[in-house]
Amino acid sequence: MRVVIVSSVLFALALVVPGAASAGESETEIELLRAAIDELRSDYDARIAELERRLAVAEQNATQSAYATQRAPSAPAAAPASGGGAFNPDIGVVFQGALRGVEGEPGEDEGFAVGETEVIVSANVDDKFTAYLTAALAYEDGESELEVEEAWVEATALPAGISARFGRMFSGLGYLNARHMHTWDFVDQALPYQVFLDGRYVDNGVQLRWLAPTDLYLELGGELMQGEGDPSGLGAYTVFSNIGGDVGTSHSWLAGLSRLEQDAGQELTVAHLVWKWAPDGNWRQRNFIFQAEYLENRDLVTDSGWYAQAVYQPLPRWRVGARMDTVALAEDDPRRYSVMLDWSNSEFSRLRFQVSRNESDFGDANEWALQYIHSIGAHGAHTF
Amino acid sequence: MRRLLLALLLLPALAGAEVRVFACEPEWAALAREIGGPLVQTSTATTALQDPHYIQARPSLIAQVRRADLVICSGAQLEIGWLPALLQKANNRDVMPGRPGYLEASRHVLRLDATADVDRAQGDIHPQGNPHIQTDPHNILAVGRVLANRLADLDPDNSVSYESNFESFSASWQAAARRWEERAARLRGKRIITHHKSWVYLEHWLGLEEVANLEAVPGLPPTATHLSRLTREFADGGADVIIRSPYQDARASDWLSARIGVPAIVLPLSVGGTDAATDLYALFDDIVARLLEAIPDA
Repeated sequence: MRVVIVSSVLFALALVVPGAASAGESETEIELLRAAIDELRSDYDARIAELERRLAVAEQNATQSAYATQRAPSAPAAAPASGGGAFNPDIGVVFQGALRGVEGEPGEDEGFAVGETEVIVSANVDDKFTAYLTAALAYEDGESELEVEEAWVEATALPAGISARFGRMFSGLGYLNARHMHTWDFVDQALPYQVFLDGRYVDNGVQLRWLAPTDLYLELGGELMQGEGDPSGLGAYTVFSNIGGDVGTSHSWLAGLSRLEQDAGQELTVAHLVWKWAPDGNWRQRNFIFQAEYLENRDLVTDSGWYAQAVYQPLPRWRVGARMDTVALAEDDPRRYSVMLDWSNSEFSRLRFQVSRNESDFGDANEWALQYIHSIGAHGAHTF
Repeated sequence: MRRLLLALLLLPALAGAEVRVFACEPEWAALAREIGGPLVQTSTATTALQDPHYIQARPSLIAQVRRADLVICSGAQLEIGWLPALLQKANNRDVMPGRPGYLEASRHVLRLDATADVDRAQGDIHPQGNPHIQTDPHNILAVGRVLANRLADLDPDNSVSYESNFESFSASWQAAARRWEERAARLRGKRIITHHKSWVYLEHWLGLEEVANLEAVPGLPPTATHLSRLTREFADGGADVIIRSPYQDARASDWLSARIGVPAIVLPLSVGGTDAATDLYALFDDIVARLLEAIPDA
C-alpha cells in the first residue's frame, strides 16, 4: 500500500515539477512548490505511519483474541481484565491446611489437618447474567466430602443501581459472613460467628442489592431465604445496609448494620466497622486494618458477642495481627486472645503462624497453629 | 427576563449533563480533561503515588463507578485485583465490559511483551502484554483518538466539540512529542536499570536499553541475593541510570546506586507522580528533563 501511495505521489510530482520549471517561473515559485511537495510527502508519511500502526494493533489484537479462545480453562490469564469474559469459565483452586497444637485442656483439633480445598468457577453467562460456584472439598474422619458453599446467578443488567442474585449464597449479613475462608486474617472464624451462626449464614434464596447514586457509598440490601423451618417455604429474611467512604487519600472506612430473622425463632442483629489505612493510599508497601463487629442473638434467650482485630503490614510480604473475640452466654463467657504473623511470597501464597489463649469458666487453654493458604488459577478480585 | 429564568432553570440540568468519567489511572483522567474540557467530570481510582496493581476496592470507588458514564482503564490485567470487584459491586450496567461505557485503553495500542508463556513461577506477568502503556506519548494520542470517539458516542450533542478538541490536542501533542524526541535524542542507546518493568514503552520510544530490573521476579519485592548479583554485574559499568516509580521503595535503588556509582532517580509514571508533573505535557517534560539531568552529555 505504501508503494502505491508513494508512487502516485511521485507521479503527481512528475506532472507538476517539470511543467513549472519549463515555463520559466521564478525561483521562489519553484521553492514554494518544493515546500508544498515536501508538506504533501510528510503528510503522507504521517498518514502511512498512522495506518501502519493501526494495522499492527489490529493484527496483534486479532492474534490475541484467537489465542485467547484456544487457551485451556485452567489458565486464568486468558480472561480480559474484567474477568469472566472468556468462553471458558475462570477456574481457581485454593489449598488450605494447618498443623495445630493445644496445650492445657486437650482438644480434638490437634494434629495436622488439610482444611477445605475451595474450587471456584465463575463466568459471565451472557450480557445480562453472571454465575459463580464455590465448592469445598474436605477430608474428615476418613471420608471425602464435597460441599456446595455457593452456587448463584446474578443479574448484572438491571437498571437504577439494582442487582439481583439467586441460588445458594453466603448472606450479605455483617462483614465476615460473606468472606471466604482463604481471605480470613486469622486461622479460625471469630467466636460470635462460630457460636451464633455455626461459622456463617449460608442459605438458598434471593438477594436484592441497591446502591444509592451518591458520593457517599450507601448500599441497601435484603434476602429472602429458605431458613431452617419449613423446607418448602421461605422461612428467613435478612436486611443489610452499608455505608463507607474515604478520609483523605490514606484512610477509608466501611460501616454497616444488618439483621437476620428466622421463622424458627432466631433474631440476629450485627453492627460492623472496618477502617483501613495506607500511607498515600499505596497499599503495597504498608497498610493497617482495624475491624470490629458486634452481634446480638435472640433465640429463647438473648446473647451477645463481639470481636475486634487489627492487622498491620509493615513490609510488602509480612503482616502481624491481634484479635480478641468473645461471647457472653448465660452459662459461660468464653474469651479468646490471638496473635498472628503471616508471610506472603506473592498474592497467591500465604503461610501463617498463630497463637491463641482461650479462657472460659471451664478452664483455659493455649493453642497454636501453622497454616498455609495457596491458590492457583483464576483468582477473583477481593472486595473491601 | 423570561430567557434568564429559563437559563437559570436549565443551569442545574446542564451542570448535571457532564459525562462522568471514572479513570483507573490519573493519565486517563488527564486525557479525558484534555479532550472533554468542561464537558466531562473526572474521578480517578489511583494516584500516581499508588501502585495500581494493588488497590483496595474501596466503598468510595464503588460509589464513583455507580454514577460513571464511562470507565477508562489501562487494562491488560493491570487492575485485575480490584476493578472486577468495583464493577461487580457498583450495579452500573452501562459501564460493564462490552458496553460503550467501558474503555480498555491498552487494546488500542501496540502492546509490548505479550507472551503465550504463562506460568506464575515467573511472577506477576501480564500475558496480554505490558500494561504501562502511558510512557509513550504516541500511545496517549492513540488512546485519545478512541476516547474522543467514545465521548462523542456517549454524548452526541457535543460530538463536534470532542472532535475539535481532539484535533487541537492532537496537533499540539504531536508538536510536543517532536520537541521531546529532539531533546532526548542523545539518550538513545543509554542503558537503564528499572525497579519494575514499568518503562518498556518509554524505552521503546526513546531508544533506551533496559539492562536489568531490581525485581528478580516481576511484581515481587527485590531480594538481597538479586541485588548483590546486580552489584557484581554492573560494578564496572554497563548501566547509565537506575529508575524507579514514586510508589516504589527507594531502598533497593539507593542501595544499588551507592555500590555501582550510577545515579538512582524517580520518574513520574503518571500525572501527579512528581510536583512538576501537573498535566500530560508536564509529565513528559519532567520525564525527559529528569533523564537528561541524570545522564550527563558525554
